Amino acid sequence: MQATQTFTTAAPEKAAQAALATPGQWLTIGAIVSFLALFLIIPVAMVILVAFQDPNTGAFTLVNFWDFAQNEMFIRSFGNSLYVSAMSVVWATVFALPLAYFTTRYEFAGSSIIQTLGVIPLIMPPFAGAIAMQLLFGRNGTFNLLLGDWFGINIPFMEGLNGVIFVQSVHYFPFILINLTASLRNIDRSMEEAAQNLGCSGGRLFRRIVFPLAMPGYVAGASLVFIKVFDDLATPLLLNVKDMLAPQAYLRITSIGLKDPMGYVISVVLIVFSILSLYIATYATRGRDFATLQRGGGGLSKRPISGFDKVLAYTTIGIILALVLAPHVGLALLSVSTIWSFAPLPDGYTFAHYGRVMTESAQFIWNTLLYATLAGLIGVVIGTAIAYIVLRTRIPGRQWLDYLASAALAVPGVVLGIGYLRAYYGVSLPSGQSVASLWIIIVIALAVRRLPYALRACMAAMQQISVSLEEAAENLGANKASTIRKVVVPLMTGGILAGFITSFATAAVELSATMMLVQNTSDAPLAYGLYVFMQSPAGRGAGAALGIIAVLIVGISTYLSHILAERDRKAKAGS
Amino acid sequence: MLTRRHWLHALAASALLTSASLAQAPAGKVTVVTSFSKDVTEPIKKAFERANPGLTLEVQNRNTNAGVKFVDETRANPQSDLFWASAPDAFEVLKNKKLLQNYKPKVTGIPARVGSYPINDVDGFYFGFAASGYGIMWNERYLRANRIPEPKEWIDLAKPAYHNHVSIASPARSGTTHLTLEAILQAEGWEKGWATIKAMSGNFNQIAERSFGVPDAVNSGQVGLGIVIDFFAFSAQGAGFPVKFVYPSATTVVPANIGIIAGAPNKAGAEAFIEFLLSPAGQEVLLEPTIRRLPVNPEIYAKAPAGFPNPFKDANFKSMIHFDVEKSERRTAVVDTLFDQLITFQHNDLKAITKIMHDAETALEKKNNAAARQALGEARALISQMPITESQASSDNDIVAAFRGGADGKTRQAEFERRWASFAKDNYAKAKAKAEEALKLAR
Repeated sequence: MQATQTFTTAAPEKAAQAALATPGQWLTIGAIVSFLALFLIIPVAMVILVAFQDPNTGAFTLVNFWDFAQNEMFIRSFGNSLYVSAMSVVWATVFALPLAYFTTRYEFAGSSIIQTLGVIPLIMPPFAGAIAMQLLFGRNGTFNLLLGDWFGINIPFMEGLNGVIFVQSVHYFPFILINLTASLRNIDRSMEEAAQNLGCSGGRLFRRIVFPLAMPGYVAGASLVFIKVFDDLATPLLLNVKDMLAPQAYLRITSIGLKDPMGYVISVVLIVFSILSLYIATYATRGRDFATLQRGGGGLSKRPISGFDKVLAYTTIGIILALVLAPHVGLALLSVSTIWSFAPLPDGYTFAHYGRVMTESAQFIWNTLLYATLAGLIGVVIGTAIAYIVLRTRIPGRQWLDYLASAALAVPGVVLGIGYLRAYYGVSLPSGQSVASLWIIIVIALAVRRLPYALRACMAAMQQISVSLEEAAENLGANKASTIRKVVVPLMTGGILAGFITSFATAAVELSATMMLVQNTSDAPLAYGLYVFMQSPAGRGAGAALGIIAVLIVGISTYLSHILAERDRKAKAGS
Repeated sequence: MLTRRHWLHALAASALLTSASLAQAPAGKVTVVTSFSKDVTEPIKKAFERANPGLTLEVQNRNTNAGVKFVDETRANPQSDLFWASAPDAFEVLKNKKLLQNYKPKVTGIPARVGSYPINDVDGFYFGFAASGYGIMWNERYLRANRIPEPKEWIDLAKPAYHNHVSIASPARSGTTHLTLEAILQAEGWEKGWATIKAMSGNFNQIAERSFGVPDAVNSGQVGLGIVIDFFAFSAQGAGFPVKFVYPSATTVVPANIGIIAGAPNKAGAEAFIEFLLSPAGQEVLLEPTIRRLPVNPEIYAKAPAGFPNPFKDANFKSMIHFDVEKSERRTAVVDTLFDQLITFQHNDLKAITKIMHDAETALEKKNNAAARQALGEARALISQMPITESQASSDNDIVAAFRGGADGKTRQAEFERRWASFAKDNYAKAKAKAEEALKLAR
């Protein structure tokens, strides 16, 4: 990467930390490690141990891994998973880059609306998204029926691996958008000005200065997309693609049974590989310093856009948004339709489904808000703490906290759910109620599953803060705790918020672990209700209505937090 | 936090309620683990709670396999009272694992059999409350638009006209598909049955991952036809979708069941729910447009809508096969794995060969050619071949042990899977060569 040489100084191992760690830091580490041990490592270990056991004797063995490597289908699945994940990152970048760049770069009417709309695809509940995409892009969806009528052709948007890539990149590109935007906002404008003074502008300025400086955000987002796609099982399964790794793990566990070792072997492969790709992402950004010192005039200088450029920019954004919001349009149509069968549009329209949802299922909505908020908060608190320990202390093995927390990304939700049941179902409260049946367990499962998102965002935010700011504070007599409280955390606000939004939004629609853990309908979140509705012909409309409500809730919360972030940014810029 | 306090109050209140009324009529919360959709459970819940003031029904929705696993994982401290699902095998599994307790319903008026199938478990561990048969549903608009004839028998689906228009759920994930395949195997025999299944499979557009994926795709018109359990079609009709359904002759009706979980916290409530479900009032709820299942009380059919099938009267139910549930249960895992290894995971190949064979067949109809017919026959035979015989599937010690996670330690399931997968791959490659030869000769 020649480009990076223009600004990197290959940071010497982050200077001047005197002691190894303060007692406060040790305490924090202890708390984080015990949380992860209790709610990630032990439950998961109880499940994946099976991968290393002889199914007959229970003795330790690696023969199951040999079986994996010998099976042509597993190897093909592995190749397919890699291919689909890589292509999804490429397409997600194509969607995210223009949106992030235009909105941070130019004086743009409706920036925060565009930002919000750009996040919405992430909050499409898994079942609903694929169903809506099928109705629009499927082999007899709106587009293909019209194309068939007009031109006699049928385009297989949704068939096979390409279908998975299409749905995944539309669904997960916001990861790149959110993190890239946060990064671009944090770039010191003086860098850009310096380059301009030296005669650099246009595409070259973007390629050699702006994009490289935003690299931590991009890599954070891209690695999330990669791992998410690599581990996602809902989308391939709904498109009936089975020769990928995560679906294979799920199919083995749910159909052959808990004793079958192959499902767990695949889970181990997934976990190992996800950690590996995180490592590669860290490695790609290591040895370079992305921090910029000055915070006052943070963000690229916004400039007016006019004439032809304006039309071009709006058109690009319009096309991208139309494409990525198509599932929501489909879902909205479904939620107000009477019957929609083998036709470009529904037969008739009604609001009855919303009425049904509101009378039957209001508790799902409140539960979702409560659970997702708590999960998001737990995520950013732990995420910020880990980011600080990893980037600002020299405690040996600190990287492992990062890998450990990120490994949660690679644990299929089903495995985590089963693990919780195994570990905690036998533990009873004095009242006789099992610990695993408390609703807080669902919150913890959500928090653990979404922690990696929050963590990546917090890491990226902290990577961009120059350590000299903290040193300055400490030189002026502030202790570690107050430096963190008064300097680090405020400077990270954008990143923390981005982390919170991603975890909140995705927790609000998560299903796989929830599926195993919901014990009472009265404690169930919205995604579960949606799943239940979608299992019957008459429930499709109602399920879609519930999905739209979910999207609205998360959309509105995201929009509000954008406004907060903007205000915070302006306040900082103004002072 | 309002929600939390609210929740605690509710808990305290319900605890009081439970202890106060424990001595009298059953009361409190009855928790049921079910694979049935909200459309089915909601009307029954309402009717049940109306008929039994003081009792509330708490519904936990899980698919059948996940439900069995859930009951098994939570056996140390059971907090659900009833298991309520379609597939009789699931109940056999629960019964064998001693996860159910027996009971004798007091309701009268329910015959011993529906079709040729006993309605209740002989040992009294689970009870049939509704009957269901397997068949083919289709989307009328789709068939009309693509000029496809309506099917009558399973083998119709193997004809060229249906290529790429049919869907099925994988039997490993759908208890009802498993029973459909078993019905075909038991009706036609192992060799011929698998030949029929593979011939149909070559025409599948997709093999879905959940039972409801199939009717969902047919309802929305993504595929034309689906192999499903009857009520998926009837309830879709009830909701207004343009779909139809037929029972082929090689099929069966089996009861959907309910059973009390061993150690159920509210046993009295669970019994009350079973009594209600089997009573005329409970049976009548099954006719609601969103449910549309066949009641097991023959009296209720007097109130059914026109055209509703009656398994106690209609002639085609009389000729349905006798379904051997024990045979089915013994080889469940083997049959499902064979289907996955020979069909699901080789589906692209199988579909491509089937297309070539259809083309050859069409060409031969225009201009006959003995050599081409010969090659085509050989291709068919290669595809139909099975890696194991019927007796091996249910009684070969190595296979049975491998699929039970057995104790002899000689063989592993993964080994058999690999063997069967490569068997299929080799045979299909040879069949493809033969089919291409036939096509060349025929043209």
